[in-house]
Amino acid sequence: MSVTIIEPPRRLNLPRWTELWRAREVVTRLAQRDIIVRYRQTVLGVAWVVLQPVVAAGVFSLVFGTVAGLSSDGLPYFVFALAGTLAWNLFSGGITRASGSLVANQSLVAKVFFPRLLVPISTIASVLVDFVVGLALAVVLLVVFGINPGWPVLLLPVWVLLVVLLGLGIGTAASAMIVKYRDVGYVLPWAMQILVYASPVAYALSSVPDRLRWVFDINPATWFLEAFRWSLVGTAAPPAWQVFGLVIVSCVVFFAGVVYFQAHEREFADVI
Amino acid sequence: MAQSDFAVRADGIGKTYRLGVSNISHSTLAETVLSRVRRGKSPSSGKVKTFDALDDINFEIPAGEALGIVGRNGAGKSTLLKVLTRVTAPTRGRLEFHGRMGSLLEVGTGFHPELTGRENIYLNGALLGMNRAEITRQFDAIVDFSGMEKFLDTPVKRYSSGMYVRLAFSVAAHLETEILAIDEVLAVGDAEFQRRSLEKMRQAASEGRTVLYVSHMLQTVKTLCSSAILLDRGHLVHQGSVDSTLEAYTASFDSHAQWQADPDNRQGWGGVRFSRMWMEDDHVPSGADLRIGFELPTTSKPIGLEEYWVSIHIVDSQGTVIAQCDSRLNGRTYSADRSYTGSTIIKNLWLKPGTYAVDAFVCQHGRILDVWDAAHRFEVMPDTRYTTGATDDAMSAGVVLADFQYEGN
Repeated sequence: MSVTIIEPPRRLNLPRWTELWRAREVVTRLAQRDIIVRYRQTVLGVAWVVLQPVVAAGVFSLVFGTVAGLSSDGLPYFVFALAGTLAWNLFSGGITRASGSLVANQSLVAKVFFPRLLVPISTIASVLVDFVVGLALAVVLLVVFGINPGWPVLLLPVWVLLVVLLGLGIGTAASAMIVKYRDVGYVLPWAMQILVYASPVAYALSSVPDRLRWVFDINPATWFLEAFRWSLVGTAAPPAWQVFGLVIVSCVVFFAGVVYFQAHEREFADVI
Repeated sequence: MAQSDFAVRADGIGKTYRLGVSNISHSTLAETVLSRVRRGKSPSSGKVKTFDALDDINFEIPAGEALGIVGRNGAGKSTLLKVLTRVTAPTRGRLEFHGRMGSLLEVGTGFHPELTGRENIYLNGALLGMNRAEITRQFDAIVDFSGMEKFLDTPVKRYSSGMYVRLAFSVAAHLETEILAIDEVLAVGDAEFQRRSLEKMRQAASEGRTVLYVSHMLQTVKTLCSSAILLDRGHLVHQGSVDSTLEAYTASFDSHAQWQADPDNRQGWGGVRFSRMWMEDDHVPSGADLRIGFELPTTSKPIGLEEYWVSIHIVDSQGTVIAQCDSRLNGRTYSADRSYTGSTIIKNLWLKPGTYAVDAFVCQHGRILDVWDAAHRFEVMPDTRYTTGATDDAMSAGVVLADFQYEGN
């Protein structure tokens, strides 16, 4: 028979991994609920998932490609922008959906016990569904335009994993903050909106003037966007230190996010 | 191994809430940062009132026992159950369980209106701690018990509230954990469903599972539990057989009433609190008008919206609320900038003979300003308005008496 011991929370409250694993059904069901609720009783339904990145990439190619006349490293601008948009949506979707998840599920948090960490984690499923649909569209375009990214495409799952870790790390920490401080929930979408222009999502790094280049080089979003495009549309590979940096930063941010979350986990029911 | 014969052991459990945190202080990060800068210290180190919802609770529940947890509103019952079920963490002490703990704190938690009955069974089951195999195995039993086969693929938003509750309870009732914590869920559904639910609980207890049952419905505690503990203002004041605990519970009413007469000792946000509550005669015949007088002072601190309303409840000795007389139903609100001497007249309520309490509340949108438990007590005399007498069993069932007439031939 299982023995459970409960004591007041300590400062460092690492997740109980076996408990998380035993409660994995919660992730499945919450994820399923999110996906069903998103597409049931919607007019556009699944078309919405396709429409969203397409319109964004379309507007980006119109503004940056046609109006501003920026370089897309020799690729059709739309394909170039779509690759960036997909990676970006994976990142920002991970952050925004995870960050609002605890408050959106407050009745659960206040009334039943299950490892709370599963709430932000479960949100990643619907983000991945969006991503996969967008990716399928991108693959069709690659075939249509005859673009072959070559062997780096094999690394794509690695980038996806790292972007998910990064986004989820920030989103998980933010979800815990929002329980106490609702204004974090207003600042975050705004910050993401600023960052989308400050990162090479819709334009190539080659269009950035040299004296500003360092600002982009220290931005981890640049790292994953470059890596992502390298693997998907065959642009130049990012420098090795950026790849290395991405691995480190993603893992550290994810772990830090989880630790921050866990440190506040046990007071959620009292303050939410 | 006498050592491991218990299912739950609590050692010095305490739970302290910081009152300042949610009320006066900061709900945005910006405010917190600003106040830190201004005061040069953490906002919580200022004037923070603390409140011990639970203090130094020790008990041991033998495996297979059905334990009732009783106490007045605000005695800490629900907090204790929340700590036991790990919804919230204790501030002090240590808890040890042998076996898995399942909780029925609120039925239907996690039900999503857009999902079908079937989908909700799986979601709710997972949240309550069942794994997929368990839910699949129990699925038919759950559906059977709820009687909802026909509506399984209908979104629950199209369910009536009765159907909703039945399905939700059915899921919870099929939890197979060794320890089961229940919080007044029996007060839902129609009488027939309540009876079946109670039966299910009794079955759980007789199967050798440990049941923790929180309630102020003394009758159900009596039928369900083998022992009980009594909480009073966060302390465990009695532990023993159900009968002795219920006796202690009843006896504690007088001391509680005296304590509650001081507004400072009462629950609620404050600002406006009843200063006095009375009845002309504490012994009334059944069916007579009840006139409950009260005094409300002007506000003692700003309460935001300057309007509030009051609600007066008639509660029987079992803790069941017989009538809620909310001033809003009369279209009556009160203003914080003046004092009132008023009364509520309750007509056409045929109470059964017995002892009743008057609970009084002062409320505003979104918060309760004053909670006065048992602000007054009165006795309904054995003479009823029925014209002919009969043996007691003619009125033993039911909660109130009715003004009825048999006709026809």
